[in-house]
Amino acid sequence: MSVTLARRRKNRAPYVLLIPAVAILAIGMGYPLIWQIVTSMQEFGLQQQFGKPAPFVFFDNYIELASRASLWIVVGKSILFCLTTAVVTLAIGTLLALLMNIISKGARITLQISLLLAWSMPVVAAMTVWIWLFDRRRGAINYLLDLIPGVEMNRFNWLESPLTFFIVASIIVIWMSVPFVAFSTYAGLTQVSEEVMEAAQLDGANGWQRFWGIILPMIRPVIAIVFLLQVIWDLRVFTQITMLQDAGSKSSDFDLLGTYIYKLGTKSQDFGMASAVSILVLAITILLSWFYIRSLLKEDEQ
Amino acid sequence: MRARVVKTIWSVVAIFIAIAWVFPVYWMVNSSLLPNVRLQSFIPTFIPFGGSLDNFVNALSDGSFYAALGMSVGITLTVVVFCLLFAFLAAVAISRFRFRGRKSFIIAVLIVQMLPAEGLFIAQYKMVASVGLLDSVIGPSIIYIAAVVPFTVWMLRGFVAGIPADLEEAAMVDGLSRFGAFMRITFPLLAPGLVASGVYAFLQAWNEFTVALVLLPSEANQTLPLWLRGFVQASATRATDWGQVMAASTLVAVPVIIFFLIVQGRLTSGLVSGAVKG
Repeated sequence: MSVTLARRRKNRAPYVLLIPAVAILAIGMGYPLIWQIVTSMQEFGLQQQFGKPAPFVFFDNYIELASRASLWIVVGKSILFCLTTAVVTLAIGTLLALLMNIISKGARITLQISLLLAWSMPVVAAMTVWIWLFDRRRGAINYLLDLIPGVEMNRFNWLESPLTFFIVASIIVIWMSVPFVAFSTYAGLTQVSEEVMEAAQLDGANGWQRFWGIILPMIRPVIAIVFLLQVIWDLRVFTQITMLQDAGSKSSDFDLLGTYIYKLGTKSQDFGMASAVSILVLAITILLSWFYIRSLLKEDEQ
Repeated sequence: MRARVVKTIWSVVAIFIAIAWVFPVYWMVNSSLLPNVRLQSFIPTFIPFGGSLDNFVNALSDGSFYAALGMSVGITLTVVVFCLLFAFLAAVAISRFRFRGRKSFIIAVLIVQMLPAEGLFIAQYKMVASVGLLDSVIGPSIIYIAAVVPFTVWMLRGFVAGIPADLEEAAMVDGLSRFGAFMRITFPLLAPGLVASGVYAFLQAWNEFTVALVLLPSEANQTLPLWLRGFVQASATRATDWGQVMAASTLVAVPVIIFFLIVQGRLTSGLVSGAVKG
């Protein structure tokens, strides 16, 4: 710290060093963001497809959006999908982290390698495998479920109804996200000191009490951040939904926010509306991120 | 004694979970090695005895693979090189200097890091289209660099800060120039950080789907993820050659898995380090 303070002289060097990063952020993110804010206040209709400039309508798009039932359905579905998926991911991830803590070294390494492999799969490759696994006729999942006595899953089409479609999407997202949660939480658990745990045990605290009284409070900061990140990431699922729609149906019943915006922008060419919904997504994200960003800033100040 | 039994039981449970969790990855490789006759069967083949490489040959004989590979490699290399350069310079600025606007820059970086592509891609499409860069390597590269630089700055900042400036100054006292001191002392110490950041940028650019989908509309200029998706799209209308799709997926996934395993530890701690340490 003292060294950096010694360099607190008037100096142009840091600004010069920042130029490339600032420039690329301004081009790749800043300009599109501003364009989007402006466009979200313009009206795009049939005439604009033939090159007529879009008139400025201020907040009309937002007002119209607010009265669009289809948007609220998508927002509701997205939030439900995102929260359910994030909660289940967090629960499984934490349980696996606790499990890693109490098993033999060999079993732990086996589990960790397995999780790492799942985590490292590129999204698109993972999607093709899962679509193949859930294939109606020759998929391994229907075959295995069919083996259970009394379960008739032969040729069951998972992607036909929105409910099973989103269950499949959720399973895939959970499968891909649990490793991150498990590893982060496990890293947090290893910080819980052995002595404290032994002391608690000597004092007669049972496993349940030790978990609620000692472990949970110690790993709460990690869990909070991991959960926040999951919510933010699950709100914007796009690749998974798009690819499941490729294999199933493209109907709007199967849309979440990402695909909803994509269809507004590409199919209807309604850039005004697409921008307004995008701004909504960005606003929710930044609002949620604020807690995360604040915790990172605290780290920087240390 | 009882504790030991409990530990063994949980270890067995953990191994079952491990098998279940890795199953999709195994299934990808397994299916890619099976001849199509076996995949056509309604009873899945769980172990690829007498595995064949035909599916890989078929996937590779499709000329579009090489075009997509070229596109992906071009974009990924551009992103890694420029991202490392830009992020490194910025990391030096924020970890070695205290200056006006430093905090604003950090906050901006952290906010940008959280912005979802899904909230900006329509605007990015319009911007790239307006300068005629759709279907080019440059379009997605610009967006990816901007998307990856924030996390990279954040990660490198820790590495730069971890190298004592005294060390550099001592070298300067010994007669090296500032630049020389930097290159001889700081740079080698930074290498692990640069590797981790570079791999991170590689993974992001190589796997990215959403932005590529809008910025690369023509089939001749797809990246590998888009190329892979083409197989699934086709499956809606005709019988899918799943063996070939799985071979293609394996080809795309293998480099990612290898690189990911190298840097995984650093990435996790980068994302939640504040919370773990706190």
